[in-house]
Amino acid sequence: MIWSNILIYFVIIPLLMLGGLALCKNIKQVRAVAVVGATALMALAIYLVVEFLGLRAAGNDAEMLFTEGAVMWFEPLNIHLALGVDGISVVMILLSAFIVFAGVFASWKMDPLPKEFFMWFCLLSTGVFGFFISIDMFTMFMFYEVALIPMYLLIGVWGSGNKMYSAMKLTLMLMGGSAFLMLGILGIYFHSAPAGQPLTMNILEIASNNAVPHSWQYFLFPMTFVGFGVLGAMFPFHTWSPDGHASAPTAVSMLHAGVLMKLGGYGCFRIAIFLMPYAANELAWIFLTLTGISVVYGAFSACVQTDLKYINAYSSVSHCGMVLFAILMLNTTAMTGAVLQMLSHGLMTALFFALIGMIYGRTHTRDIRKMGGLMQIMPFLGVGYVIAGLASLGLPGLSGFVAEMTIFVGSFQHADMFHRVFTIVACCSIVITAVYILRVVGKLLFGAVQDEHHRTLTDAEWHERLSTVTLILAVAAIGCFPNFFSSIITEAAEPIMKLFA
Amino acid sequence: MEFTILMYLVPAMIMFGCGIYGFITRKNMIAILISLELMLNAVDINFAVFNRFLFPGQMEGMFFSLFAIGLAAAETALAIAIVINVYRAVRNVDIRQLTKMKF
Amino acid sequence: MELSYTVLVLIIPVFMFLFLGIVGVKLSKKAAGLLGTTAMGITTVIAYAAALTYFFGADQGQVVDGVRQQLTVLDITWLEFTKNLVIKIGVLLDPISAMMLIVISTVSFMVHLYSLGYMDGEKGFQRYYAFLSLFTFSMLGLVLATNIFQMYIFWELVGVSSYLLIGFYYTLPAAVSASKKAFIVTRFADLGFLVGILILSFYTDTFDFITLTSNPQAAISTAGGATFLGCSVMTWALTLIFMGGAGKSAMFPLHIWLPDAMEGPTPVSALIHAATMVVAGVYLVARMFPVYAVDATALDIITVVGAFTAFYAAAVACVQSDIKRVLAFSTISQIAFMITSLGVASPELHHGVGYMASMFHLFTHAMFKALLFLCAGAIIHAVHSNEMSAMGGLRKYMPICHIAFLIGCLAISGIPPFAGFFSKDEILAAAYANSPLWGVWLSVVAGMTAFYMFRLYYKIFWWNNPDYGHHTPHEAPMTMTFPLIFLGLVSIVAGFIPFGEFVTWNREEYIIHLDWTIAGTSIVIALIGIGLATVMYRKENDIPERLANQFRGLWTAAYHRFYMDELYQFITHKIIFARISKPIAWFDRRIIDGTMDLLANVTNSASFAVRRMQSGSVQTYVWFYIVGAVAVAAITIICLI
Repeated sequence: MIWSNILIYFVIIPLLMLGGLALCKNIKQVRAVAVVGATALMALAIYLVVEFLGLRAAGNDAEMLFTEGAVMWFEPLNIHLALGVDGISVVMILLSAFIVFAGVFASWKMDPLPKEFFMWFCLLSTGVFGFFISIDMFTMFMFYEVALIPMYLLIGVWGSGNKMYSAMKLTLMLMGGSAFLMLGILGIYFHSAPAGQPLTMNILEIASNNAVPHSWQYFLFPMTFVGFGVLGAMFPFHTWSPDGHASAPTAVSMLHAGVLMKLGGYGCFRIAIFLMPYAANELAWIFLTLTGISVVYGAFSACVQTDLKYINAYSSVSHCGMVLFAILMLNTTAMTGAVLQMLSHGLMTALFFALIGMIYGRTHTRDIRKMGGLMQIMPFLGVGYVIAGLASLGLPGLSGFVAEMTIFVGSFQHADMFHRVFTIVACCSIVITAVYILRVVGKLLFGAVQDEHHRTLTDAEWHERLSTVTLILAVAAIGCFPNFFSSIITEAAEPIMKLFA
Repeated sequence: MEFTILMYLVPAMIMFGCGIYGFITRKNMIAILISLELMLNAVDINFAVFNRFLFPGQMEGMFFSLFAIGLAAAETALAIAIVINVYRAVRNVDIRQLTKMKF
Repeated sequence: MELSYTVLVLIIPVFMFLFLGIVGVKLSKKAAGLLGTTAMGITTVIAYAAALTYFFGADQGQVVDGVRQQLTVLDITWLEFTKNLVIKIGVLLDPISAMMLIVISTVSFMVHLYSLGYMDGEKGFQRYYAFLSLFTFSMLGLVLATNIFQMYIFWELVGVSSYLLIGFYYTLPAAVSASKKAFIVTRFADLGFLVGILILSFYTDTFDFITLTSNPQAAISTAGGATFLGCSVMTWALTLIFMGGAGKSAMFPLHIWLPDAMEGPTPVSALIHAATMVVAGVYLVARMFPVYAVDATALDIITVVGAFTAFYAAAVACVQSDIKRVLAFSTISQIAFMITSLGVASPELHHGVGYMASMFHLFTHAMFKALLFLCAGAIIHAVHSNEMSAMGGLRKYMPICHIAFLIGCLAISGIPPFAGFFSKDEILAAAYANSPLWGVWLSVVAGMTAFYMFRLYYKIFWWNNPDYGHHTPHEAPMTMTFPLIFLGLVSIVAGFIPFGEFVTWNREEYIIHLDWTIAGTSIVIALIGIGLATVMYRKENDIPERLANQFRGLWTAAYHRFYMDELYQFITHKIIFARISKPIAWFDRRIIDGTMDLLANVTNSASFAVRRMQSGSVQTYVWFYIVGAVAVAAITIICLI
């Protein structure tokens, strides 16, 4: 029975929250439901990690665990609700749970229509969790769409600035990606098994069949990679990101940069690379070039922005570029680095956006030229921002360093000179990152107070502190004890990367 | 005189043509409604006629025209109600003027 | 192992940092300061215990066959990249790390103590002590590193603590931009370090220092003669690693951050930018020395960079007017001495004396330079200015400070029996052993050192006697003078330590014997420098002014540090920002985003064009329908016929 599978509850809880929220009558009840649900998700995610490690320790070395209870959905196309997780999905689920938790507190005072906001928020989380727990291509795709669509409303209704334009752009560009993706998935499906055997949507079966003809892989690999790459902010399909982030409300930016963009990276590797290793090997250099450009280009671009959210959006382009870059290196260490980078970027960008939201909520501007000396006025937020910045520029002891170093070392182990030179190019981004982070920190937090009206502003409230501290602790946890996470990931990445050995 | 199938079909076709003409050219919503009825009735006649001449032993065509008549009555009632309401709201039944709900 | 308690020197400061950082604001200033200082005191005791046990303690395998061993007393896996490439966090005790333990803990403790007085009443006193603890932790972790990646980790942490401390007065724009500059310049250098590590580890498949240095020939040969742009990859790797060191140690042309870093509180300058962090580059090269020793090209690069920097910085120091800047350039120059000394060291020459000399100078320099900076702090504290013009005749007001400063100046100038004489003499010996060119070069720089240090000394304590008004300068409080006295004493006696017995490149004993030709020459040169300074600056006169006018162009160029900052400013703002970042941002908004918008707009206008057909009028639709139906019917019929 599927109900005995712990994973299904990652989808059930947000749906229950959705139902609960529909019944709520006032903001207090809405908050109560949201907090209870988010806490339950986090508890469940931690429990999942413990269970998972327990099973692994007990010697269960199947590629995916918790696979029991697949339910047939649509017989003609063999679509199942099939669940399963490996180390990579487990950490991604943990990440999502953390960010949902922090996101709830970051949008504590959402106005207007808090109830509706949280309902869409829950739907979004349903999609996110569903994506990570599925091992059926179609179900994955469905959850992917479930996660994308609420974005439109969340930005369009609760956003700021030129929100309709941004919401439209974001949705349309991602939908464009989805169109490629749909083609890719169907293409894979129709070649999923050797002639004469039943076709399948199940990723594990497709991978073990390895039946997609090479000529088709040349066509399907770019389809799926670009499809997911759009969400992973791959150059030149990244422009939805700055506008989208700039207009989105705080919690949505957090969830979007923190988790949704990870769907892109995760999908690239779980579908594009895992299912089509041949083309991945052959075509990697094209996408490596693109993502390599992303890394440096995003960083340079961030250097001259003046809107806080634009700076972070471009820095996300750079950091997410690093994820795809590392995935394409096709070796275990780089892959581990990519997942670590997803975790790290997720947490620290969420932290960034949360803090930016809080600062914006007070000063009503995001233009760094109009702010200054905020450290004197709101020390808590200031310190939080500095920590986020240091994480972003790769200070040891925080998550960014671990992720980047794993990527660099892993990428540099590549036998090919081209890849190594490109790795050095990507390394340059650490300097540029330092430039734009310190530029912002210097202008925004240090120096004299720019605007006298800002002197009356208050520091963070308890729910904002909770949200910030949660994320900082998570960032520090990865940074201080990286081997715990990296061993879980490595162990999952190893069998997949054997395909390329 | 022998009644051939054509003697029924030609008037029905004329009726249908009138209905289409009226539907396209009239501005008054009531007139459009009447044209619609004309077309429906032309089709009903066809049903009955084909049934009578092609499958004399069966009754499906007859029943269908009866059914269509009932349906037409209901539809007209609904349409008239809408027209009256529209008239009440905007004091006008000219279809070309009623653009308020557009875009 | 018994020495494993050494790890406490890391744990105590990091705990103190977290404690003071998180709950510090709730403590009173006094409590926070005392707590931080006490913790540092305990750390110092442990560090001394560890170092002394290592050098003199009961045998635990420190010395085997007259060779001091490298003891890995702790090694915890921190992050596993591949089977062999593992970052470990550990503690490596060997002669240089034990020596550094003493240097860092001594200076750090003195600075903690000194800051109690100096920083009294400052806002953010708790934060200051938290950062000092963070720095001490990082610096100790750096020197105790067992592998190159651990060193890199702490290297970065040191950089951040330096950033935080330079920018301690974060409301002052100068401090903010100085801290930013320091971080970014060193980050740029660290990029080289990182790439160097990547290359090195790619070929040797290890990060571990002991594995790398115990058989450097094998490590180098793993590259199998691979070359990149005409140089062997190993030379690239080692040079890039040295680039990291050059950044931290402020070697030309990456030195520009150090003078600006003087915006930080003076005790911080003493600790970080004089005694400990800036010698990290020297330490790095020393740590990897066996590997460098195999690669002559890399060593030559090091020598040239070091020698040039030594001269350049000394020349600039001669004309600066801010006393901390003079000290900063003198630091650059002295560190360049150490670097050059490593560069000219070679196992075949003179028993690799350059290595020992470099470490010896590092040790003595840390003491007397910290002393000089702390004196400068006391002076600034007294007259509330960094400029020489605001000082003069201070010997009457601040006798202790005066004596201490004089000791420092004599030590750095290389006058016996002060500490600097012995170590500098060894460096000169090593340089002459390598080539007379470097020997003469460094002797000249040593003379310049004596000149600018005494210029500084006379300008502060003699020169004229300005009217201080009712704001008479006075001696600093006890917490500040004690470190001065202590470091002054150390600066006098440190030279008599038989350093060669403890630290040599192959960790075997080496007996220092003064070469009196070299020593005598250098004393004479130093005395000439001092004499010149005495003539020019002892009493207020117009010789300096006239000289400056005589060589106006040279003087101005030196005063502006030969326009290196302007050059950097030009490169970053005019080239990187204006010519790279701006166009990229424009390209992104206009071209990439424009393409996307164009697609949307084309779709939009296309739909506007066909919108006319969607009139909403059913009658029109029926027309279309009928015309269509007739057309289809007609076509069908025609086709059938």
